Amino acid sequence: MWMYALRRLILTIPILLGVTVICFALVQLAPGDPVQSLVRPDATPEQIQSLRAFYGLDQPLVIQYLLWLWRVLGGNFGMSISTNLPVATEVLRAFQNTIVIALISVVIAFIVSMILGVIAATRPGSIVDRLVTAIAVFGISVPTFWLAVVLVIFFAVELGWLPATGMGGGSDTFNYLDWNDFKFAIMPIIALALPPLAIMTRTTRSSLSEILNQDFIQTLRAKGLSEFSIIVHAVRNIMPSAVAMLGLQLGYLIGGSVLVETVFTWPGTGFLLNKAILTRDLPLLQGTILVLATAFVLINLVVDLAQSLVDPRIKRS
Amino acid sequence: MKSIKLRGVLAAAAFALAAGAAGSATAETVLRVAMTAADIPDWTGAPDQGYEGYRFAGYTMYDALALWDLSSSDQAADIVPGLATSWEIDPTNNLVWTYHLRADVKFHDGCAWNADSAIWNFSRVMDSASPQFNPRHAAMQGSGVVNVAGVEKIDDLTIKITTKTPASLLPYDLAMFYMISNCGVEAAGNDYAKYGEKPAGTGPYMFDKLVPHERLELVKNAAYWNPDRVPKHDRLVLLPMPEASTRAAALLSGQVDFVEAPSPDTIPVLKDAGMNIVTVPYPHNWDYLLRVDTGPFSDIRVRKAANMAINRQDMVDMLQGVATAGYNTLIESQAWYGTPPIYEYDPEGAKALLEEAGCMPCKVKFGISTSGSGQMQPLPMNELVKEQLDEAGFEVELVPMDWNALINVFFQGAEKSGFDGINFSMAPIDASQGILKKWMTPYAPPSCCNWGFYKNDKVDELGNAALAEFDVEKRNIILTEMNNTVMADAPELFVVHDLNPRALSPKLTGYVQAQSWFQDLTPIVVNP
Repeated sequence: MWMYALRRLILTIPILLGVTVICFALVQLAPGDPVQSLVRPDATPEQIQSLRAFYGLDQPLVIQYLLWLWRVLGGNFGMSISTNLPVATEVLRAFQNTIVIALISVVIAFIVSMILGVIAATRPGSIVDRLVTAIAVFGISVPTFWLAVVLVIFFAVELGWLPATGMGGGSDTFNYLDWNDFKFAIMPIIALALPPLAIMTRTTRSSLSEILNQDFIQTLRAKGLSEFSIIVHAVRNIMPSAVAMLGLQLGYLIGGSVLVETVFTWPGTGFLLNKAILTRDLPLLQGTILVLATAFVLINLVVDLAQSLVDPRIKRS
Repeated sequence: MKSIKLRGVLAAAAFALAAGAAGSATAETVLRVAMTAADIPDWTGAPDQGYEGYRFAGYTMYDALALWDLSSSDQAADIVPGLATSWEIDPTNNLVWTYHLRADVKFHDGCAWNADSAIWNFSRVMDSASPQFNPRHAAMQGSGVVNVAGVEKIDDLTIKITTKTPASLLPYDLAMFYMISNCGVEAAGNDYAKYGEKPAGTGPYMFDKLVPHERLELVKNAAYWNPDRVPKHDRLVLLPMPEASTRAAALLSGQVDFVEAPSPDTIPVLKDAGMNIVTVPYPHNWDYLLRVDTGPFSDIRVRKAANMAINRQDMVDMLQGVATAGYNTLIESQAWYGTPPIYEYDPEGAKALLEEAGCMPCKVKFGISTSGSGQMQPLPMNELVKEQLDEAGFEVELVPMDWNALINVFFQGAEKSGFDGINFSMAPIDASQGILKKWMTPYAPPSCCNWGFYKNDKVDELGNAALAEFDVEKRNIILTEMNNTVMADAPELFVVHDLNPRALSPKLTGYVQAQSWFQDLTPIVVNP
């Protein structure tokens, strides 16, 4: 298994290189210029050109990419054009802000989806099954952006129970174990958790239904096992796919929470990525994408290894 | 024993009362502002994020040689003495200005403001060989000093500024050029990233804390050189909140006290909740810059037809009254507004003009943005304009793009853009930005802002005359004539001027909304 893990880690290098090349190329294709968005409309061409030269943007594209890559290999992600702050610091801070709420969201989604999925699968066609299906369809269908706004209106404005936005006094002092801080994270967590919860509920229900219809379940019943024990056996069989789904959803949450983070002004990677795209801040964009891609690949590796632990039939070699 | 106990109780009660009183006396008053900016503006003396950056991270911490008088809502803001108490042009040489600097002013870090500081600051953006040269500041603040040839010290409180060409509007340019602490930068070894950890200006607020992308906290400068503008609150917290519904929710839930640009559809809800909505005209122009050197809009009949096709009242109604009809680049309270043609809504008249011009249907392509500084609600507004123009015989194609892409189109100029016009709001805060750089031939792209390549020799002549006229009254007459000449040519499609809505918590008093892109927050009192 260790050789498998090592091989996978080595394979991440060309994957990450490919991701950075594509990201770099796509940003270059998009119209716009990071320097023009910084200066006033009456800035002279010489002033703009001088700033472009300062950031190395006047170099041929291939040289720009290779210089960036060389610096990254040395641990230097460069400076953000729009904020003039080190990209590494920016991305690390944003990643910390996102990973925690993403983890909490996906764990809550996983636990709740397993419960709902089991309930629905063991009562097929019942009102409970239909209710769970309705919740799942709602969760998949509802636009996350809309949900976030509705949560703000209901819980922050109407009820005044939760703050509408931000990370309290700032992410530098934010303490998830302090209720006065944690309440800022509740609505973002709910908004992030609903789509994966819905997806995993449906997956759990359908996978479990299939398992419960298999012959070995009949055998277990014939042997006199309780329904609870039978369900435990059945759930063990769906764990590999459930774990895979959990990993995928975590990866999506880390990289795809732009809308939720924008509504809640939660300073995570989605917010940072959105900003980097809108300002064409190439160093920040490349750095953020690289970190997110690395996280995604590592999460998938962990998931694959976890699957082989959960299901001995899967041998990673 | 009883009396000792009683005395003890009384003493404890008195102590508790005193402690409580002392606590409430020292309780900090905090003004929390939700900005529309997507990020904290640059706080080191060269703001970005458009003029909102100047508003919140510029004129708060820093001063310029001149400042904007933001004390009145009744007239467009003009400049007043700032770090210079007066300035005059050399009567024998119209390239030389003498600036008399304000005495007894210190930067927030204790560094003295004087001629050496001033010259150091000019070098910061002009002299690439100087150790303090900052390429970023040079690009972001350099527009204000591009016509400066040199700065010379006469004495500790007097400098001479020589321009390259006659520049009667130089004081306005320099009102946008901030002075930062030379001591601070030198102490940081000319490392501006390190300087940014504790920047220092001379402004009414001092830097206290920054959490990147989240909050910028400033505290009042109790020793500010203008005692009338020492802030009436202790702390100013600036929060970027680009999403309008988030800003409204934050205000309604009590998380912030002051909100920039609430969206029109949230204003009734905010009012019902007891918030104060303030609006005032300011030098903003929501318009279409038209390509006039070639294409459909090279014909003045087509330009006039476009202006006649717009039902501006419909647009104002759609925006729930947070705009006024526009017929000019400038707003009425600006000294050079003049007497622009007032286009009545007349789609039939527009059609007749288009027939006469042989452009029926008149196909035009506009570049627009989905958001952006000063763009208001661009998508529904552009849809309404398209509908009105199409009804009047135009065939409008709207090409939406993000704000950064539209800025690029602006800098490219009409010729390279491929568009007949762009919806690009501008800030005519002074005659230079509102008239000269918009309409004079030398300012066609890539040199500046005459996007559509408008060309009129009389306008160029008047512009040069204005730049060489240092008497304010006489210059205003020239500028007014210049603006009238341009407006008669209908060089733009005028639609509305934004009324700069802001929403304030009822616990705020003392705010005076200036007719300006910049605002003075110092008089605001944050009541319990």
